[in-house]
Parts: sequence; C-alpha cells; structure tokens
Amino acid sequence: MSVIEKVRPVESPPAPKRAPRRRLTDENGRRIPGWELALRYLLLLAVLALTVGPFLWQLSTSLKGPTEDIFSSPPKFLPSDPTLHNYERVAETIPVWDYALNSLKVAVANVVTNCVGAALAGYALARLRYRGRRAATLAFVLAMLVPVESIIIAQFTFMRDLGLNNTLVGVLLPGSIASLNVLLMRNAFLNLPYEIEEAAFVDGANVWQRFLRIALPSVKGTIAVVAIFAFMGAWDDFLWPLIVLSDPSKFTLTIGLNYLHGTFANDERLVAAGTIIAVAPLIVLFACLQRYFFRGVGEGAVKG
Amino acid sequence: MASPAVSRVRRQLPSSPWLFAAPGLIVIGAFVLYPFVSTLVNAFTDRRTLVPGEFVGLANFRELLHDDMFWIGLRNSTLYVLGVVPALVILPLLLALLVQKSIPGITFFRSAFYTPVVASIVVVGLIWVWLLDERGLVNALLETVGVGRIGFLSDQWLLLLSAMAVTVWKGLGYYMIIYLAALGNVPRELHEAAAVDGAGAVRRFLTVTVPAVRSTMVLVAALSSVAAFKVFSEVYLMAGPAGGPAGEDTTLVMLVQRTGTGLTGRVGYASAISVVVFVVTVVLMLLVLRADRREER
Repeated sequence: MSVIEKVRPVESPPAPKRAPRRRLTDENGRRIPGWELALRYLLLLAVLALTVGPFLWQLSTSLKGPTEDIFSSPPKFLPSDPTLHNYERVAETIPVWDYALNSLKVAVANVVTNCVGAALAGYALARLRYRGRRAATLAFVLAMLVPVESIIIAQFTFMRDLGLNNTLVGVLLPGSIASLNVLLMRNAFLNLPYEIEEAAFVDGANVWQRFLRIALPSVKGTIAVVAIFAFMGAWDDFLWPLIVLSDPSKFTLTIGLNYLHGTFANDERLVAAGTIIAVAPLIVLFACLQRYFFRGVGEGAVKG
Repeated sequence: MASPAVSRVRRQLPSSPWLFAAPGLIVIGAFVLYPFVSTLVNAFTDRRTLVPGEFVGLANFRELLHDDMFWIGLRNSTLYVLGVVPALVILPLLLALLVQKSIPGITFFRSAFYTPVVASIVVVGLIWVWLLDERGLVNALLETVGVGRIGFLSDQWLLLLSAMAVTVWKGLGYYMIIYLAALGNVPRELHEAAAVDGAGAVRRFLTVTVPAVRSTMVLVAALSSVAAFKVFSEVYLMAGPAGGPAGEDTTLVMLVQRTGTGLTGRVGYASAISVVVFVVTVVLMLLVLRADRREER
C-alpha cells in the first residue's frame, strides 16, 4: 500500500520553467559555465540519438525503394530515392488498414468505457454514502494489485465460456473499466471542496445533476489523463489480444505486425512500414497532449 | 464527514450509489477478481481448454518441480529482474538530472526522451529486431569501426541481454519523469550548502541527491522489478514464440501463454505457473519495501 501513498506527492507535472533570462543560470542563480553547457548539450544530443534514432532509422528503412541496399556497411542513413511503395505493399500483404481500424475501434471504445465507468464508480466511492462502500473500494484496490499476466489464462477460458473469444468485444472487456482509473477518479473527486456540491444540494439538485454539472466539470484534467492512457493502453496492448484473437481477419494492429514479422520476416522494408503506421498516430497524439502524458506518469505510476 | 444532506439523497434515490458503482464493480468482478479466484482453483485441477478437468491436488506443482522448461522460465525471469532493475533505478535518475536544468530546448529533449514509452512494445521490439539483425544497423556500425558482426539474436545469452537492453531503453523516459518530479522536491539549500563546503558534483550527487530521492528509487525498484519479472513481449518478439534456441530464452509468462492457450491448452498446469508468477511478484514487492524500511533505520 505504501507504494500508492508514495506516488501521491508526484502531483505536478515537471512544469517547464520559462526562463526568459538572457544569461543562463542554474536553479541557484549561479551562472552555468560555457563548458558545462556545451557538455550538457553534447550529452543531450547523444541520448537523443539513442532514443529517437531507432525510430528514424525505421522510418528511413520504410522509405527505401526495392532496389536500394538496406544492408550496406557503412550504413546509409537517408534513402537515396524516398518512396511510399512499401506502404502500398504492406497493405497488399496484410490488411493493415483493417487492422488499424480494429485497433482504433478497441481504443476508442476503451476510452469511452473507462472514462464513463471510472467517473461513475469514482464518484460513488468518493462522494456517496452507502453501506458497503468500503468493501467496494477494497475490491478496486485488490483488483489493481492483481497482475494481469497471472490471470490471463482464466480470462481466456472465461471469454471462451462467454463465446467472446476471437471478437473485438473480447479484446476490450477485461480492461474496459480499469480499477486504477476508478481509484484515480475517486481521488480527484475527493480533492474537490465539498461545499459547492452541498450548496447545489440545498438548491435542490439531485445526485445526477450534482455529478454531471458540478463534480464532473471540475475533474476534466484527470478524465483527460484517463482517456489518454486508456487509448494508449488499448492501442499498444499485445499479450491479451494475442491470446484472445486467433482469426487473422479480427487482428488488431499489434497482432497484425507480429504476424507480418513472423510470416514475412525477410522483408525488412515491409515490417518497417507497418511499424511506422502503428506508431505514428501515438506520436502525433503525444506531441499534441504532452502535459497529460506526463501527468499520467505521476498519477498512474502504480500501474507499472 | 457524513453530512445529513447526503443521507437524505440516499432516502430519495436508494439505488443510485450502487447504480454508479455497478459498471465498474461488474467489470472488475467478472474480468479480474473472478479470473483470479478461478486461477487459484484451476491450479489444483487438470483442466484443459476443452475438458472441464478434475481436482488433482498438488499434482501440477509437483510436475513443475520436474519440468525443465519451468526452471528455464524461472531462471530467465529472475535474471531479467537482476539485469533490468539496477539499470532502471540508476540510468533514469542520471537522465533526470541531465534534463532538470531549464536550458533552451530542454522541453523538446524531455519529450523526445519519452517517445519510446509511447510506442507499442511490438513496434519497439520489431525496431530492435531490425537494428540488431545480423545485417542490421548496429552490426553495420560495428563492422565499420572494425569490431565485426555480433549475433545478438542468435545466441541465447546475447538474446536475453538484448531484450533487457530494449526493456531498459523503453522504460528510461517513464522513470525519468517520475524522478524529475521527485528532484523538484529536493531542497536547494542542501545543494548550496554542500557546494559551499567544497563538495564536487559526484559527491553532491551521492550525499544530497540520492538520499533526497531515495524513496522514489525504492518506488522505481518496486515497479520495475515486478514489471521485469512478468516480461513477455520483448522476449517473445526478439526470440520468437518458441523462446530462442531450444527454448532457452523462454520466460515464465511466455510459458504461461504457450501452455495455457489454444484449443489444446493445459489450463490447470498454466494456472499453477500463473500462481507462481503471482506469488513471486508479491514477494518481490515486499522484499523491496522491506529493504527500504531496514535502510531507514
């Protein structure tokens, strides 16, 4: 339990401090010497090459034409004659756009179910008084502590019993309302001042009105975090769809890529094009909504 | 805390609190808690995917003791913890120190370092399979500088090491952000005082920074050790579904997946392995937290 408590202090995202000063100083107001600054940028660029370089190499490979040698040594970093040919070919080899659509369906549904389900349950745990509330909270905490990997076989047999294996609904269901998200929403509601809702109650607002009009609009930030991580989690997931989906026409993008890799492993250009299709949407999403991604790390660190 | 207002609501709409909590409770009940209990039960049966199975007592666990593949899986998952956790506790901290100072462009670097976290593990795995290929970029570079080509993906130990490196590579940005938030809480006065006393950068790191972020280091150790023990995707993608040469790179969760799924899946036996996975993760978590408490004394 202490893990959860320890995560709490990590509330604020590492806010990029705007420093419109001309002279570069460190946090103590001490001037950063030129050599140190140069060293820092040198290290930053080295790490940049290590973290982003592999993606760029994959992009470069995906743009190299069929006649270009992709194995040359020393390597050629830029395609000599960039072409989108590999993206056409990957679509001819596996139904990559159908797979992307399947992933999109699961991811969007996962966002909706998690946002709605977690907000409702979180509100019930934080605000409503009823018998069994503690037991309900405990159930969510326990569920959060169970590693998915250790129950995945039972989830699979249960899906078979329900007749939902090999369907996108089956892919969606187990994570459709994650207990971590419920507890995040609960904490967000607990942090709201209670007086406003009480005032609304005095004015005759019922519980649904208080939930929809007052509480919910105040926790938009947390909902955004839940939404983003629900999207990313579903879009990136691998183990569960791998187990529950067996029919290639139902594959999500990650399973399709694994299939492509296993079946056409020798064509690196194709696999490269496929991976770029899979990663591009998330990189765009991340570029647009960075602060929520960073906030989610602090709030959701328990998820591990 | 219990306000009269709320209890009046309860009388008005008696079912509504449960209505609010119901969807969430149903989902976690049906798809987390029930499967958890059913895993515990199945572990003592010989259930298969298409055969209900009967109670067999400890037979599955006895079989585990003589199953070479189980020991290989346990060995690899344990090695994974030992290899990955120290790297993920230390490297992201150093990285956080590097991006902590707000020099021009630093937000760009922070975001860029986070990119691998956003990408799917499948994308990351396939990128590295290509990079570490016999004829891939890393080997082309190694050959260019005269080292010669290395079979990263054909030797059982190099494969495991490469997979660990990929796990670390993907996790760096995530833990960097956690550390960055923690570093913001380190009192500046301590650094100043240490600097006045003439302590160098390394000394200040060891005597000021590390003690100040120690609880975060424990958190990172706990999170990353549990995640590392449950490793599946990296090894599955890099070594293949069979787990590398002669299956020597199989991890425990890979074994669970291989044993328990499909139409011929041995659900009971796979559940017994799952129970081991669960118990070890709980023990790992407790060990890390206990080590933390002991040091505090």
